[in-house]
Amino acid sequence: MAPHTRSGPAAAELPAATGAGGGRELPAEPPRWHAILAVRPSGLPLTVVVLVLAAMGAHLLVTAPSIQWHVVAHYFTSSEVLDGLVRTIELTVLAMAIGVGLGAVLAVMRMARNPVLSGSAGLYIWFFRGAPLLVQILFWFNLASFIPRLSLGVPFGPSFTSWDTNHLVTPFVAAVLGLGLNEAAYMSEIVRAGILSVDAGQGEAAAALGMKRGHVMRRIVLPQAMRVIVPPTGNQMIGMLKSSSLVSVTSMPELLYSVQLVYSRTFQTIPLLVVATLWYLLMTTVLSWGQYYVERHFGRGSARELPPTPLRRTLDRIGAALARLERATARAGLDKHTGEAA
Amino acid sequence: MTATPAPAAGTDRPLLAVEEVWKRYGDHHVLRGVSLDVAPGEVLCLLGPSGSGKSTLLRCVNRLERIQRGSIRVDGELVGYREQDGRLVERDEADIARHRALTGMVFQHFNLFPHMTVLENLTEAPRRVAGMPAAEAAALAGELLGRVGLADRAHAYPRQLSGGQQQRVAIARALAMRPRLMLFDEPTSALDPELVGDVLRVMRDLAAEGMTMLVVTHEMSFARDVADRLVFMDGGRVLEAGPPARMMADPEHPRTREFLARFR
Repeated sequence: MAPHTRSGPAAAELPAATGAGGGRELPAEPPRWHAILAVRPSGLPLTVVVLVLAAMGAHLLVTAPSIQWHVVAHYFTSSEVLDGLVRTIELTVLAMAIGVGLGAVLAVMRMARNPVLSGSAGLYIWFFRGAPLLVQILFWFNLASFIPRLSLGVPFGPSFTSWDTNHLVTPFVAAVLGLGLNEAAYMSEIVRAGILSVDAGQGEAAAALGMKRGHVMRRIVLPQAMRVIVPPTGNQMIGMLKSSSLVSVTSMPELLYSVQLVYSRTFQTIPLLVVATLWYLLMTTVLSWGQYYVERHFGRGSARELPPTPLRRTLDRIGAALARLERATARAGLDKHTGEAA
Repeated sequence: MTATPAPAAGTDRPLLAVEEVWKRYGDHHVLRGVSLDVAPGEVLCLLGPSGSGKSTLLRCVNRLERIQRGSIRVDGELVGYREQDGRLVERDEADIARHRALTGMVFQHFNLFPHMTVLENLTEAPRRVAGMPAAEAAALAGELLGRVGLADRAHAYPRQLSGGQQQRVAIARALAMRPRLMLFDEPTSALDPELVGDVLRVMRDLAAEGMTMLVVTHEMSFARDVADRLVFMDGGRVLEAGPPARMMADPEHPRTREFLARFR
C-alpha cells in the first residue's frame, strides 16, 4: 500500500475525470469550460505607458518632416538601391555558402582523432573568431599589399602560373572571403554542437548494419543534427545579411553604400536610411519565414504529428472564431427566448 | 525463409568462436578470458548480473568495441583482423563494415533512425550497403514487416510506434541484411511488461526457423524455452554453461545458484 495516496474527495469532484463506473464510455465531446481569466491590476499602469509610447512612436513616424515618405517611396525601388540590394543578397548567399560548407568540414576535422586535423581546425576557429570582422574585411581588401602575386605550383618549388592579386581578388571576392571565412569559424561550432546532439546509439546501429563512417555521417547523423543546426544557422544568416553592410567601408556598393552614395548627393540622409532599414527588415522577415519551413522539414519524425503551418493555423483560428460567434448568437437568441417565457 | 540461410550442413565448425577474450576500459577489466562457441542454428542465452560483461562481449563480436587479447571468429573469419604471414593485421573500414553487415544486432533502446519511416529504416542498408535495387529492397522490407506483424506500419515514423513495435521493426531492420548471426542486447529490458510478449514471440519464430542467435537477456522463460544452451557470466568470466533444463534445475556454481534464485 502506498502511504501517500492523494486524498480522494478533491479528485472525485472533477467531473468525468475519474471514471467511477470503471468501463464507462467516454463522452463524445469533453465538457466545455468557461474560464474567466483573472485581471492583474498591477499590470495596468505599465500597459498604459507602453501604449502611449507606441502611439507617440507611430505619430512621429507618420508626421516627422525629416522622414519625407514620398522620398522614401521614390528611392525604395530606384535602380541604384535595387542594384545594392541584389549585391547584398549575393554577398550574403555566397558568404553563407562558404560558411556552412567550410564550417561543416571544420566541425568534422575538429572532432577527428588525428591531432593535426583537430588542432588545425581549432587554430582556424581561434583566429577567425578572435579577430574583428571589420579588420578581416579590410585585410582581404588590402591583400595585394601583403601578397602582390598569387601563383599555382609546387609548394616551396617552381610555380606553373601566377596572377596579379588585385586581378584575382576583386573587392567583391575580398568581401565574400572576409565574410565567409569568418562565418565558417562560427558555423563549425554550430555544426559540431548538432553532431554531438545525436545519440551515440544511432551511429552504432548504423555501423552494425554495415554502413561506413561517411555514410553514417551523411545519411544518419547529419540529418538528425540539422534539427539543432538550423535555428542558430538562421540567426547567423540574419546576422550575415546585416554584417554584409560592413563591406561598405571598402566602397563596395551593397545596399548600405548604395543609399550612402545617394544621400551624399541629395542630402536626404534620413529618408534613405529608412529605405535601407525597410529593405533589411523585409529580407530578415523573408528569411525567418523560410527558416520555419526548413525546420519543419528536418523536424519530421521528431514529433508524432507535424505542427500546422502558420497559414493553416490562421485559417483554423478564423474558423474557430466564426464558430464561437455562431454559438454566441444562437445562445443570445435562446436567452431572449427563455427571458420572454419567464 | 529468405532471410535465414540454412546452417552449413556437415560441418562441426562453430559459426561463432570466442577464444580467451580480454577487454578492459582503462584499468577496469570487463572481460577476463572469455571463451564460448555457438554452433550454426544454435540459440545461446547469456545470463548474468549487470556489469558481468555480457553486453560488452556482444559488442566485441560486432567490433563496436576492440579487444585487447584473444580472438573472435565468425564463420572461421577473424573479427577485426586478418592473418598475414603469421601476424595479425587490423582490417580496414570496408572489411569491418562488410563483416558487420553479415551480423545482425538488436539494441536495448532499439536505435531506430527517427528521421526515416519504418520502410526507410529497413531499406537504407540493403540499398546503400548491399546495393539492392529499390523495388527489391522494398519488397523484402514488406515481407519482413509482415513477419514481425507490422505490415500496416511501413509509412509510420518510429516515434509513432510503441516500444514493442519499435523493437520488432529493429529486428526486421537487422534481418533485412540477411545476417548469418543475430546478436540481441537485452532486447526487452526497455519495454513495458505487456509489450515484451510480442517481441519474444518474434524471437521465438526466428529461433524456430534456424537462425543462429546470441541473446543477452533477463527473460528466464525465454531462456528456458528457446535457448539450446545457457551461459552464465559474472565478473568478466564464463562461470558455467549447459542446457537450460539442467542449469535452471541444478546449477553447479554457487554464483549461478544465487543469481537464478532471484528469478524464482
